[in-house]
This record gives sequence, structure tokens and C-alpha cells, in this order.
Amino acid sequence: MSYHGGEFDVIVVGAGHAGVEAGLASARMGADTLMLTLNLDAVAFMPCNPSVGGPAKGIVVREIDALGGEMARNIDKTHIQMRMLNTGKGPAVRALRAQADKFTYQQEMKETIEDTENLILRQGMVEDLIVENGAVRGVITQTGAKYYAETVVITTGTYLRGKVILGELSYESGPNNMQPSVNLSYRLQEMGFEMERFKTGTPPRVNGNSIDYSKTEKQPGDDVARAFSFETTEYITDQLPCWLTYTNEETHSLINDNLQRSPMYSGMVEGTGPRYCPSIEDKIVRFHDKPRHQIFLEPEGRSTKEVYVQGLSTSLPEDVQHRILKSVPGLENVRMMRPGYAIEYDAIVPTQLWPSLETKKISGLFTAGQINGTSGYEEAAGQGIMAGINAALAAQNRDPLILDRSEAYIGVLIDDLVTKGTNEPYRLLTSRAEYRLLLRHDNADFRLLEKGYQAGLISNDRYERFKNKEKEIDAEVQRLRKAVIKPDETVNQVMADAGTAQMKEALAADVILKRPEISYEHIAQLTPPPKTLAPEVAEQVEITVKYEGYIAKQMEQVDKLKNMENKKIPENLDYMQINGIAYEARQKLSEVRPLSVAQASRVSGVNPSDISVLLVYLEQGNLQRTSEPETETPASN
Amino acid sequence: MDFDTIAAISTPMGEGAIGIVRLSGGDSLPIADKLYKGKHPLAQASTHTINYGHLIDPDVNETVEEVMVSVLRGPKTYTKEDMVEINCHGGITSVNRVLQLVLNNGARLAEPGEFTKRAFLNGRIDLSQAEGVMDLIQAKTERAMNVAMNQVEGKLAERIQRLRQELLETVAHVEVNIDYPEFDAEEMTLEVLRTKGGAVREDIDRLLRTAHQGKILREGLSTVIIGRPNVGKSSLLNSLVHENKAIVTDIPGTTRDVVEEYVNVRGVPLRLLDTAGIRETEDKVERIGVERSRKLVGEGELVLVVVNQNEPLTEEDQELFRLTEGHDAIIIVNKNDLEDRIDLARVKEIAGDRPVVTTSLLEDRGVDELEEAIRGLFFEGDLETGDMSYVSNSRHIALLTDAKKAVDEAMTAAEEGMPVDMVQIDITKAWELLGEVIGDQVNESLIDQLFAQFCLGK
Ligand SMILES: Cc1cc2nc3c(=O)[nH]c(=O)nc-3n(C[C@H](O)[C@H](O)[C@H](O)COP(=O)(O)OP(=O)(O)OC[C@H]3O[C@@H](n4cnc5c(N)ncnc54)[C@H](O)[C@@H]3O)c2cc1C
Ligand SMILES: Nc1nc2c(ncn2[C@@H]2O[C@H](COP(=O)(O)OP(=O)(O)OP(=O)(O)O)[C@@H](O)[C@H]2O)c(=O)[nH]1
Ligand SMILES: [Mg+2]
Repeated sequence: MSYHGGEFDVIVVGAGHAGVEAGLASARMGADTLMLTLNLDAVAFMPCNPSVGGPAKGIVVREIDALGGEMARNIDKTHIQMRMLNTGKGPAVRALRAQADKFTYQQEMKETIEDTENLILRQGMVEDLIVENGAVRGVITQTGAKYYAETVVITTGTYLRGKVILGELSYESGPNNMQPSVNLSYRLQEMGFEMERFKTGTPPRVNGNSIDYSKTEKQPGDDVARAFSFETTEYITDQLPCWLTYTNEETHSLINDNLQRSPMYSGMVEGTGPRYCPSIEDKIVRFHDKPRHQIFLEPEGRSTKEVYVQGLSTSLPEDVQHRILKSVPGLENVRMMRPGYAIEYDAIVPTQLWPSLETKKISGLFTAGQINGTSGYEEAAGQGIMAGINAALAAQNRDPLILDRSEAYIGVLIDDLVTKGTNEPYRLLTSRAEYRLLLRHDNADFRLLEKGYQAGLISNDRYERFKNKEKEIDAEVQRLRKAVIKPDETVNQVMADAGTAQMKEALAADVILKRPEISYEHIAQLTPPPKTLAPEVAEQVEITVKYEGYIAKQMEQVDKLKNMENKKIPENLDYMQINGIAYEARQKLSEVRPLSVAQASRVSGVNPSDISVLLVYLEQGNLQRTSEPETETPASN
Repeated sequence: MDFDTIAAISTPMGEGAIGIVRLSGGDSLPIADKLYKGKHPLAQASTHTINYGHLIDPDVNETVEEVMVSVLRGPKTYTKEDMVEINCHGGITSVNRVLQLVLNNGARLAEPGEFTKRAFLNGRIDLSQAEGVMDLIQAKTERAMNVAMNQVEGKLAERIQRLRQELLETVAHVEVNIDYPEFDAEEMTLEVLRTKGGAVREDIDRLLRTAHQGKILREGLSTVIIGRPNVGKSSLLNSLVHENKAIVTDIPGTTRDVVEEYVNVRGVPLRLLDTAGIRETEDKVERIGVERSRKLVGEGELVLVVVNQNEPLTEEDQELFRLTEGHDAIIIVNKNDLEDRIDLARVKEIAGDRPVVTTSLLEDRGVDELEEAIRGLFFEGDLETGDMSYVSNSRHIALLTDAKKAVDEAMTAAEEGMPVDMVQIDITKAWELLGEVIGDQVNESLIDQLFAQFCLGK
């Protein structure tokens, strides 16, 4: 009953947020790519909140764009509102968030995939892998198709042995009553992969027609047109608002009274849930002093009345959910359309991966997205594009692309996963990045576009435009350093208008720009550039000059660490024989097998003293090697 | 890991009747066996045994010493390597000779602290323990020992931990504003950051101030005794150390060179320096002594000025008072068993706020008061004598200084109106630096704090 389904360079299993980026990247790099997924009507499906971006996550979306990915472009075409967050803070933490029309988001993404050359999208459930001599050769589907490929990327999200839990009820299922993926999970375990069991949850959806919005606060999108992609030129202007309301004492006592019926407290749940997405019952128990919690009402799209009730994630029984909803101002007469639920699933322990996202056990096999222990669309998409790139590179016999922590949030994310692992679903936070000021929303193209171009994901056209932007910024910064501004009446009028102190002596323009009250526009008044700059160029000039000191400091730290990043560790180093390293650290290092001393130092349970010993050890090895007689004869010509 | 074999004298030079030459490394036993003659070769001895025998110089085949040799096989040794300890009769010459023999036969002279470094590199002890032990090795007084011990036990760590927790809560607050902008947590303002930063800076400052004390506790407070000839300076040194270390005669100008002694006075370690009497003189030898005394006053952290109660104040005495102005100093009016010829009121007037103590070193009176005055000077002000969590290690001092600098920079940035998240960069840095002092890793603690402190979620 099995048949030969065809041969490809790369197979991507899954068409969630990780899968679509992986498949698109691979195909765009010229690799013949097959993308298999359970249900073609749920490509890039959002099982939870209908939104993309936010702090850290929004920056990942821009990074994906700079690498030539799709998420940014897709949300730019399909959002219902967009906002820039943290505008009152520094440039490093600014981030975009969009509310998505989740249905057009899916349609748009599906169509993009359908239109992509070298990419075949097909419905099918993968149940097994074909592995020969420790290397993956292909996949086998439920219907008996055997597909062969050089490399395979698995992006099965929350589907592996998925189990939905809703009050006293529980059943095997993927998210949103999709089919779960059971056999593949067992096969992975049989192949020796260590799995962990995680849990996440989602709130109920309600019919917007039954909401009394007058009892809530309106949360509109920004007035200014915004976009995630550096390439977007057409903006959506017609935006829909979200709404804010609060829980109250009644809500809380309802929850307290029914806690014993909650699966989280009755012990029915074995998976570990994320701390940052606690259910409402968790919040009430852990922060019982808090008199109210925020509830955001988010429309799920333009052509639906369904509204997502953010803040009420729960797995309490359905009847309790009805009552909880009705206790909230504005929702007194609400009609629930789908109940909230929790879902448990298998994820693979991500320390079993190299930083390329290739598994250590089976070469040519990559994993990305929620299967790696993360949570979130952007986290999934970020890994997806990297896994797709690396799977294609491997199929083309090229070296992997690995982003380091100072280059991208995606680098931080993947390094954290493969180095430290995670004991709960992992979410990106700005505080996970040590070089936050370098990993900005505005400079993602400077950090990554070149790499996307090298990989073959950026058109010559776009690359050219980027190079020009770079030149313009450079020229303007140089000009400002040399432009001397002498205080006179007009100058000091500009100073007064900006609300900053009068100038007493002549100053270089860049020095003036460093004043907190002064923006690039003021400077352009004082010393106009030869040609008016595009806003994104002006922004870069301003940030480069204004935060020069901070940026330099972080660059210094990066450089300091570069030494350690550059100290490579042989892949098969036997840590167990290095007595100077503490036993626990030896075990951890043997498991993670870091590729550099810097990565080793980030493995949890490894102390600075262990690293000193490791350095001494590597150094000794080097000494021995260099003292061996040279076998090569010097080249002569 | 395999290192070469090192050797060193492990008892302080010249002290005690027995000297020990210690070896560590893979060749410890073979090297010792080249020199050792006993019932059995050391290679056959069980571990952790002491073996009686003689040391032979193999070059001339001549017995050098009667010795007891401890055989200590790794890993149950201080360095986790094979170790040998050769106990020989004291005396600098004989111990040195044994060391020389060992070095001639394949061992390398250990650098200071190298045994501990090996213990560290071989995984026997961790970094902060190693540093504590290094200080222990160098500890010169009983009090310094306590500081070193405390450090090993983590008193300082506790204090720093507390400080870090405060910083962490602040940082977590800023983070929650950044990562959850619409969450209803209060905005952390520059104002709050400034107040918190100020408090933390003060705390670090307080710790750093103990650093000076910590250093003194480790190295001893250098204390210079000056005075005209024959007033009783050497007697003072002897009575503080409770031993006759300096020569005392009734001939003025007895002490010609500086005499140095360590002593612990009520918990204050002193490095006592007795000097030549100071007077204007034509005698060339004495003249040099006088110059040196003057210089020593400049270097001393505490100056003990001795005058003779039996004589009126001289021009030289007053010159000495002037020389020590602005220094931590104590005036000692000695020989009060003899007839009172000094104008004490005048001495006190000139002394100003420098304490004046009257003694008879001959009859051992007034020494208690003097010791009390020394203690008082040292432990004055805001020094907490009780918990003794002094910072005494130079790496820690450097880290604390950097942490303080980071907080300072944060404050300046706040002053300049930088955005909160930028100001916070330096606060986080301070938190990390403090973590380095106690060898803590950054890890997940910030994220743990974030979710413990705030109720976040969807
Ligand atoms: C109930 C719920 C609540 C969530 N809550 C949050 C939240 O609060 N915050 C947050 O950030 N994230 C949340 N998420 C997670 C978010 O949805 C995921 O992180 C993200 O969608 C993961 O993307 P992915 O590509 O890894 O997997 P998914 O988007 O789940 O995609 C998996 C894909 O694999 C396919 N697939 C599975 N098995 C097979 C197979 N054997 N053969 C072929 N194809 C297969 C599926 O059809 C699907 O296309 C939640 C998810 C769920 C289900
Ligand atoms: N009566 C009396 N004699 C003392 C006292 N203290 C010291 N002397 C005597 O004074 C003489 C000089 O004492 P030293 O301690 O040698 O004085 P010094 O200041 O070191 O002298 P130089 O080294 O020569 O400068 C000795 O004979 C001591 O015994 C005291 O309190 N009373
Ligand atoms: Mg003397």
C-alpha cells in the first residue's frame, strides 16, 4: 500500500508559522521543496490570539523580513490595526504589533505559497521518517506515500500527541479540534529523541454583536501608517479598534468556587505551562491580592463577528466559562462561540539540536517551531526561516547560517534553546537579549539583509536599494560630525522651540543632536542636508548619533566576547576526561556539545571556573599540536 | 589534567622548628625517591603515611638531612595530585638546601599560590574559595584570617545578594514596562530609578569603604613609631609585641635601621616600624636615618609619636608634631614614672584632635589605654565591626568599583533625560558585576523575577 511519491531536495512537514517560512525560504533558495500539512485550510493558522508582533517578537518579524521571509509582508497585507509600542522609551525597545485578520492572513499566505516556484504544497500526515545510516532520507505519510529528500524539516507545532483539556473533559486532538499527530511522536521517541510534555491554553471566543462596548475602553490603532516589512509601500488605513475591560471580585469568586473542577488543580494535567501565559485561574491563585485583571477584546477579522477575549485563557469547564464571561463589564449578555481550552503536547528537548537546528542524532533532519519547546507565532517563524535556509544549504552542500546573539533576536532564541534548553514553553522577551541596543527594530536590515542576500533570498534589486540607504546614512553622519553650528539668534530660536538650553559656543551638529530634546529635524533646520533624507534614513542618522556612546559600549562587549565565540571546541571533545571541570558541568557539556567556548559558558550549570579549566585544556591541546613536527612543506612558487 | 611537578617551602621562612618542603605533581614520588634513603622506597609506601629516613645528595652521595616524609597520593590531596611533604629541621639554610635538591632533581619552583591554583584547576575548589584561600595564605594576622574565612563562608555574598535583589526588582519593573507595555503595572519613572540608583550606590560605597579596612586586615596597618632618640620608641615596639624584638639601651641613637614587626592589637593588625630617633644632627649615618624616618611618616597609615615626659618639649618634638599633622597619629607621653617636666597642657593643645596617651613603658603602665586608642582610630565611623564582611580581594574591589561606575553612569543618563530602558542598561550591568563578585550566573533570574513580581498573561 506504499508508493513512491517523488524526490525533492527539502521536505517540510507542517504548514504552521514555522513551516511556511521554512518552505518558502528553501524554495526561494532554489531547492526543490515539498511542504506537507494535515489540513490545507489551516495554513499559517493562528490557534490563539489574532496578533503578530509586540516587544521582541515584533523585532523578530522584521528580522525575518530582512532575511527574505514572509511574515512581515503577509501581516502588512492582512492586519486590522497596527501600533508602535514603547514610543515613550528608547529606540531599542520600540516594536510594532498588529492585530491580524486571521482568516485573510491564512488565505494570503496560502496563495503566496501556491505561487512560489520550486514549492509544492500538499495535504498529508507524515507518520514516519526514512533514515539510513544516521541520515534522514525522506518521510512516509499515512496514505503510504514515500517522499525522498536530502533534508527534512519537522514543524509540527502543538500537534504531537496533542490532548485537549476542558474542565473534566479531555480528548486526543490538535489545536482547535484538528487531528493530532500521534504516530510521528512515537517514531521520534523510538529513534532516541528525548521529548518533554508542555501545555498551553487559549481563552473563549465570543460574538461581537453581543458585547456592550460602551462599558469598555476603546483601544485604537496608530494614526500613522505603519508596516513591518522594509519593502511595504502600500498601507492599510482602515483600522478596527480593540477594547479594554476588567475582571472583578465576582469573576474572581466564581473562579475560586470552581477551582476544584479546573484540570490544573485536579491534577489531570501533566504538561508544563508557560509562566507568561497563565490561565485566569492561575492568575487568581498566584496573585490573589490583585483586585482586577485586564481583559482585551480583539476582533478576529473583518469578515467575522468572533472576538478573542485576551486575558481569560482558561481550561475551566464550559458551564463555568459562560458564567465567568458574563461577570465582566460589557459582557453581561455575551454569547460564547467557542470555549477556551488547554492543550498538552510533546516537544523535543532542544539541546538535542545544533545551532543550525539540525538534530545531532540524525543528520539532515531539522526541527523548528513549537516542536522545539517554544511558543508563539514569531518564535516559530524565526526558527522556521533558519531551519529552511539551513536545510536548503545542507542539501546544496553549503555551510550552515548561524546567527549569533549580537546579530539577531532569532540568534538569541536559537542559542538559548540549543544551549540551555527550556523547562517551559519558551517565549522571547527583550530581557533575554544582552545586546538589546544593537538588536533594534529599525536596524534589522543592517544586521541581516546581507546574510539573506548571500543565502539567495534577497533580490539584487532590493540589495542595491539597501546599499544605497547605507551610503546615505553614512554620508549624513559624517557630514554632521563636521558641520559646525555657531550660536546666533535663529539657532537659539530653534533651541528654545525644542525646549533645550541656549548654545553659548559653536558646536558640531552631532554634539547638538545628542541633546535629549533635539531631533534630527531640528538639526536639518540648523544645517540642511544637500538632499532631504527619507524618513528611515533620518531615523538611522538620529539613532546612530544620539546613542553612539551606548552603542559603542555594547559593541565593545560584543568584541570582548568575540574572542570566546571564536575559540572553537571540537565537536567530539570528551568532556568526561577533563577532571578539572565539575562533574555536573561535564555532563551538561557532553549533552549540549557547544561549538565555541562562549556557547559553553552559557550552558546552565557551567561555572566560570569550569570555563577556565576548559580554556587551559584547549590551550594545552593547542600547544601539543603546535609542538608536533610540521608535516606540510611550505608552499613555494 | 597533567601538570609538571612543583615544589615550595610551605612553612613561613624562619619560623618554627620544623620546615616543610612540599611537592605536587605526577613526579613528586619519583623525585623524592631519588633523594630519599629509608627502610623502603617511598614508591612502596601507602598513601597518607609518614616515613622516617635520610635525604642524600645524589651528586656527591652524602647525607644531607634527617627527615620525615609524608606520602600523599592523589586525588585525596589538596591539589588532587600526588604530593610529598619533606619535614626537616628548621633553619633557613637546611630547608633551603632541601628545596634546592628537589629543584635540581626535576621539580620546578612553585609560584606564589600555585598549589591553590592547581587545587582550583583540578576541580578541588571553586574560584571564590580559591581566592579566599589565596588570601588565607597571605593572611598575616589572626583577624585577617577571619576575614579570609568569612569570605569563604559567604558573609560578603549575603550582603551582595541583598543588594542584587533590590537591583533585580527595579530592573524587572522596567522590563515589565517594556515587554508588556499595555499591562497595568505602574510606569517605572526616571525619578524612581534615580532614587533607587542613589541608594544602591551608597550601599556599594559602604562596601567599598570596608575594602580599605579589608586590605589593612590582610596586609596590616602600617604604623610608624617616631620620636627623638632615647624617648622609648623601641621599648614601645617591644611592649606592643610583648617580646624583646628591638634593642633597647640608654644610649641615644641605638636604633639605626628600621625594625619591622607584625602584631595584632585588639583585632587591628599592625605592621609596626620602629625608626631611628629624629633630631637635627651632623652625624652622617644618623642623618640618613632621620631622612628615612621622615619618609616613613609619609607612608605610614598610623604614626605613633613618642615624647619624653621627663624633659621639656624641644624644638625637635614640635617639628615632629608638625610632620604628622593631618595624619592618623597618637601622641605618647612616655616615662611618666619619672619627674614631670613636660607641659602636658601644651602637648594636648598642639596635638589637637590627635589622642594623647601617657605611659610608663618601663613599668608597663598606660599600654592598655594606648591599645584602646589604636582600636578606636581604626574602627571609628560607620565600620561594622560585628559582621566582618570586608571586601579584601582586589578582584572584588575592582568589580565593585565598576559596579559603582555603572550605577553612576545610569544616574548621569537619568539626569540627562535618557529613556528609562537605556538608563536600565547600566543598572543591569551593575547587577551583573555584583553577580560576578559572588560568582553567580545571570541565568534566568531576571525572567523568574519578572513573572514572580507581576501577574502577566493572556
Ligand atoms: C491552544 C493554543 C494556545 C496558544 N497560546 C499561545 C499564546 O498564548 N501565546 C503564544 O505566543 N503562542 C500560543 N500558542 C502557540 C502558537 O500557536 C504556536 O507557537 C505557533 O503556532 C507554533 O507554530 P508552529 O509552526 O511551530 O506550529 P503550528 O502553527 O501549530 O503548525 C503545525 C503544523 O504542522 C502540521 N502538522 C502537524 N503534524 C503533522 C504531521 N504529522 N504531518 C504533517 N503535518 C503536520 C499542522 O497541520 C500544522 O500546519 C498557542 C497554541 C495553541 C494551540
Ligand atoms: N624611666 C623610664 N625609662 C624608660 C621608659 N621607657 C623607656 N625607658 C628607657 O629609656 C631608654 C631608651 O629606650 P629606647 O626604647 O631604646 O628608646 P628609643 O627611642 O628607641 O631610642 P633610640 O633608638 O636610641 O632612638 C632605655 O634605657 C629604656 O629602658 C619609661 O617609661 N620610663
Ligand atoms: Mg630605639
